[in-house]
Amino acid sequence: MAVKEIRSQSPPEVGAVRRPLALALYFVLFAAAVLCGCATGVPDDALRLSPETLEQRRLQTRRFDGIAESDILAASAGVLQDLGFNLDESETELGVLVASKKRSARDARQIATALLLEIIGWDMEIDEKQKIRASLVTRPATDGEAGEDGENHFVRITFQRMVWDSANEVSRIERLDEPELYQGFFDRLSKSVFLEAHKI
Amino acid sequence: MSAPTTIRHGRTGISAVGGVGQKALPRRRWSVGALICLMGLGLSGCEFSPPRPVLEGESQVQLRSIQTRAFETDDKQQTLRTVIATLQDLGFVIDKADATLGAVSATKLDGYELRMTVTVRPRDSDSLLVRASAQYQMEPIDDPAPYQDFFTALEKSMFLAMHEVD
Repeated sequence: MAVKEIRSQSPPEVGAVRRPLALALYFVLFAAAVLCGCATGVPDDALRLSPETLEQRRLQTRRFDGIAESDILAASAGVLQDLGFNLDESETELGVLVASKKRSARDARQIATALLLEIIGWDMEIDEKQKIRASLVTRPATDGEAGEDGENHFVRITFQRMVWDSANEVSRIERLDEPELYQGFFDRLSKSVFLEAHKI
Repeated sequence: MSAPTTIRHGRTGISAVGGVGQKALPRRRWSVGALICLMGLGLSGCEFSPPRPVLEGESQVQLRSIQTRAFETDDKQQTLRTVIATLQDLGFVIDKADATLGAVSATKLDGYELRMTVTVRPRDSDSLLVRASAQYQMEPIDDPAPYQDFFTALEKSMFLAMHEVD
């Protein structure tokens, strides 16, 4: 709202003088975007295991012993619900849960920056909404101590998000790597496993 | 409705320029530019519609050969689980998995959008065919190199899974 008010207050002739410049700028940006789109294919490392793969896997994985696969999946679904996710897909035979949520992406600092830029005549789109996706996969532990009862499992979760700005353009597509996200999720999952075991 | 008025304005603009002199030139250029843009928009609205790339792709046989590998195992479910683990290792988030059909889809977001579908089906009594197909942003991937990378990663995981190493 505040952004719009400032725009309407600025005298119209200032805008008229600025417009050709802005148009030229848009054109250059557009041309650059088109050219970049043509020049780049799949990044070389997109489908290659990287040195960080092991570190990522460790961060995203926890082992849960003494619980059946269907129970750990149910406990995981419970945590995803606790966190406000909705389940999009599930395949218990393969131990897969897919969930997502849409949330606001507004950031006070970014809005403040946009307001300042608006005053000196720059338009800046602000991030408006985001979709966070998570996929959780269970895998039976197959080492020597796994036992024959199939009660020991690895759980791995991965998060990613898309962010749209106020012009409804995608402004960000990324995976979420912050260790505290994974730590926080698994802390809750441990609690959930306990709660479900005691039918709470 | 608005297009004809713009044309009329454009013409009077041109005739006025002849009398007034150079001062009005930039304005004339802008109106001509706007006119061309409007005509372009009008034409595209009336005459064109976006292409329909439903039946695209060059050679079915060639595409399948670069997208498919055979694995010496008859355990479809374990292979699907290994495919899922490999996709997670590569930074994908799973979109869908179906054990009955033997299909997994996943998306990688890393400043770009890479979507992949992997299917697993029996080849004969003791081997399976794994096929991967991918799109990068809005283009299909038909270059063999990315598939080669994917299967290299998958083979590594298949080997580890078969030898039960965690």
